[in-house]
Amino acid sequence: MQQFMTTLLGGLTLGAVYASFALALCLIWRSTRVVNFAQAPMAMVTTYVGLEVIEATGSYWLGFAVALAAGFVLGALVERLLVRHVEGAGDLNIVILTLGLFVALHGLAALVFGSDYRSFPAPFGLKGLHVGGHNVAITPFGVFTIVAVGIVLVLLVLLFRSTDVGLRMRAAAFSPEVARLLGVRVGAMLTLGWALAAVVGSLAGLLIAGGNLVFPQYMDSVVVYGFVAAVLGGLDSPVGSVVGGLILGLVLSFVSGYVAGDLVPVTALIVLVGVLLVRPGGLFSHVAERRV
Amino acid sequence: MAQPVSTKAAEPLFAARGVSVRFGGVQALSQVSLEVAPHEVLGVIGPNGAGKTTLFNVLCGFAVPDEGELAWEGRPLGRVRPSQLAGLGMARTLQGLGLFDRMTVLENVMVGADHHARAGFWTGLFGLGHRDEARLVERSRAVLARLGVEDYAERMPGGLPYGVRKKVALARALVSEPRLLLLDEPASGLSPHEMEELGGVVRDLTATTATLLVEHHMDLVMSVCDHVTVLDFGRVIASGTPAQVQDDPAVTAAYLGTPVADGEVS
Amino acid sequence: MSTLAVRSAALWRVPLLRHVVLGLVGLTVMLFVLGSLSPFRDAQLATMAYLAIAAGGLTVLTGFSGQLSLGHGAFLAVGAYTTAVLLEDGDPPFPLVGVMVAAVVVTVAVGAVVGIAAARLHGPYVAGATLALAVAVPSLARYLDGLGQEQGLHVRVPDVPTWFDDTVWMITGADVDPTSYVAYLGWTALVVTYVLLANLMRSRVGRTWRALSNDDVAAEIAGVRLGRARVLAFVVSTAAAGLAGSLMAMAVRVTSPSGFSVDLSVTLLSAIVLGGLGTLSGALIGSALLTFLPQAVTSWGTSAGLSDVRAAELAPVAYGLIMIAVVLLAPAGIVGSLRRVWWRRRGIA
Repeated sequence: MQQFMTTLLGGLTLGAVYASFALALCLIWRSTRVVNFAQAPMAMVTTYVGLEVIEATGSYWLGFAVALAAGFVLGALVERLLVRHVEGAGDLNIVILTLGLFVALHGLAALVFGSDYRSFPAPFGLKGLHVGGHNVAITPFGVFTIVAVGIVLVLLVLLFRSTDVGLRMRAAAFSPEVARLLGVRVGAMLTLGWALAAVVGSLAGLLIAGGNLVFPQYMDSVVVYGFVAAVLGGLDSPVGSVVGGLILGLVLSFVSGYVAGDLVPVTALIVLVGVLLVRPGGLFSHVAERRV
Repeated sequence: MAQPVSTKAAEPLFAARGVSVRFGGVQALSQVSLEVAPHEVLGVIGPNGAGKTTLFNVLCGFAVPDEGELAWEGRPLGRVRPSQLAGLGMARTLQGLGLFDRMTVLENVMVGADHHARAGFWTGLFGLGHRDEARLVERSRAVLARLGVEDYAERMPGGLPYGVRKKVALARALVSEPRLLLLDEPASGLSPHEMEELGGVVRDLTATTATLLVEHHMDLVMSVCDHVTVLDFGRVIASGTPAQVQDDPAVTAAYLGTPVADGEVS
Repeated sequence: MSTLAVRSAALWRVPLLRHVVLGLVGLTVMLFVLGSLSPFRDAQLATMAYLAIAAGGLTVLTGFSGQLSLGHGAFLAVGAYTTAVLLEDGDPPFPLVGVMVAAVVVTVAVGAVVGIAAARLHGPYVAGATLALAVAVPSLARYLDGLGQEQGLHVRVPDVPTWFDDTVWMITGADVDPTSYVAYLGWTALVVTYVLLANLMRSRVGRTWRALSNDDVAAEIAGVRLGRARVLAFVVSTAAAGLAGSLMAMAVRVTSPSGFSVDLSVTLLSAIVLGGLGTLSGALIGSALLTFLPQAVTSWGTSAGLSDVRAAELAPVAYGLIMIAVVLLAPAGIVGSLRRVWWRRRGIA
């Protein structure tokens, strides 16, 4: 029973992390129809920035805030300076751009921050909780992770559904020409989309780093699983990203705990392909299958 | 509702019977029937929103009707896949032309001739399809010449005038030597002179190819078609020769008083 | 013009002859170049050869039929491991060429399955699935018995056949050591593969691929069977990847999961874009860049005063920046951009 609970709660925590990363990818997809493969290294860079601030000032929360702000700025810069000039030139070119960024950022981080492993502090305890005399297999930091992701999801849904800005962002993504005619500043909305996504990505980076070691490649496995989670839930759907992340986290946690750690990627692949063959646009999508 | 006028004694080449399509709560098509005889030109007209596009998509397999059936040469046609059209002897054009921008005009047409090609994968791999290629090239050039655009064969479609591009798209459909040609608003964007040319081509084709066209431009329809079917709100409201349809009060009413003059914006 | 010139010009028009002639020229040049270089350079050229083969296959898949695969490294892994397993116990049960063919066959089997699944998906979803594949295959290699787990399998290159050594010595006067042997193998395989791929790209099949990547709806209406064509592209590209993986196993002398990380797939993709998407010459140029640039950048770094470790990090930065620059400034890649200039001069486009 104990192992089951550990695996379950571990899966939820892991799932929350994948969910946050998937959310970032989903945001960018919804606002600009681009999959940002550079999301992970971007988050890695902002986490490093946060780390430098924490080490300089001793305050976790200050570093946290700075990292998120850095994410916003980085996301906006990337869209403005790079992605803006490639839009419309074909999907592949944008993918290559983000892949190039992926590679370059890794190298840059190693050059600037060094490739040694550095430890990243956590604001909450990392030992299991005691609830009513029982040992619960989740840590306070784990709870924080899940809660943080939940809050972000709610905020995002509110933003898109209930605010003016959200509406404009959606219009800019789906019909830029029409939106422009209606007075929406399409360019600004796209930049905003990337900036917000980068903030969510930064959050993911911080959540993964907490209590662990940080090095330039530390986010790489999340790239894959975050992407898989986003695709699983449907690239268009924030709810899908979260559900996809949680499902993936749980499944992978159980496979890792009960079967074998090395079978985790294969499981992810099988789950992904299985879902896509039945629903080609992901779980929460409306995309019709290609007529083949 | 006018009765469909049938002057065909022989089996129609292509027929739709009782086709109905519903999208959500909207009845897009309701019990639509039409027939195309071999060697004839059938026009499908109707006001905006009458269901012409939906009908067109059903006819070439892009949409599945909720009711009704299609028949080819008297035999019922099940679910048709777009890629099977050429094999059946049908070819259609797209409203957006759908030309391949990264290939030359000649290559665009050659893709349409794919159906006639003999060379397979292994032939291609070992580079042995030379003669087959030459035949395809000849066939494609011939069709381009027939439409008067053979000089553009080596050019990319991107920089060419709209009228020329339309001809290339038509050539691509024609090169498979279809028995039935389905044209989706072929006159849109054409000058009066080009429209006349198009009409001439379609009439010349009737020796080998029947045509069904969905169109807005009355001039073209009236001068080129043997029969006309009129849709309104997803129903057939008139069917007959152009003269009959023009005089039909139901048709006039559907178009709000007068048949639309040329130059209508579609 | 003389009759001979006219005849030659006409023959040159025939794609197959053109490709074969170019191939033979390439083989001859290769023979002499490899013979005159040091084993170290030959090893580098061997690397370039197998990368170019994989890149050629990827060009067909992504450049021609428009399917984005982020997981080609996985197919190289399949080819490499098959080869490693067959060469494990010393001399292979059949000639080396047979081993390479076996690697191709196994990889194609996997490729066909992946291709069938991928044909049903849209762009980014194909990317996602192939990315998951790129991670899954190496870790599967870690898990299964007999594949050497984390350390992988050692690959012992078979001895150089005497007839080969003698022939090369007669032509170029050079001796063939095992490292160079792999280079010769690699480049021969490269020339053969490229001739075949070039034939395909020029053929009706190639035209079909280009059409469906341009506008799949229009292609379907024109009679193209989309699913078939897409799967075929996958199969062809994975055949090339399997061959490349086989050569890689022999060149690197070890096949381990870490050699087939996502990085490999990403760099392959970037190589074909840099060179010029959809062209074999682009794939070749991209592979050359991939092979020689990192070292050049690193030595520049050390000479500019950086430590060894830091200088090594310069290479990915340079590479990434080049990728970004190419996409922004010359999206058609090196070859593509040159082609555009050529077309504009001739008034074609």
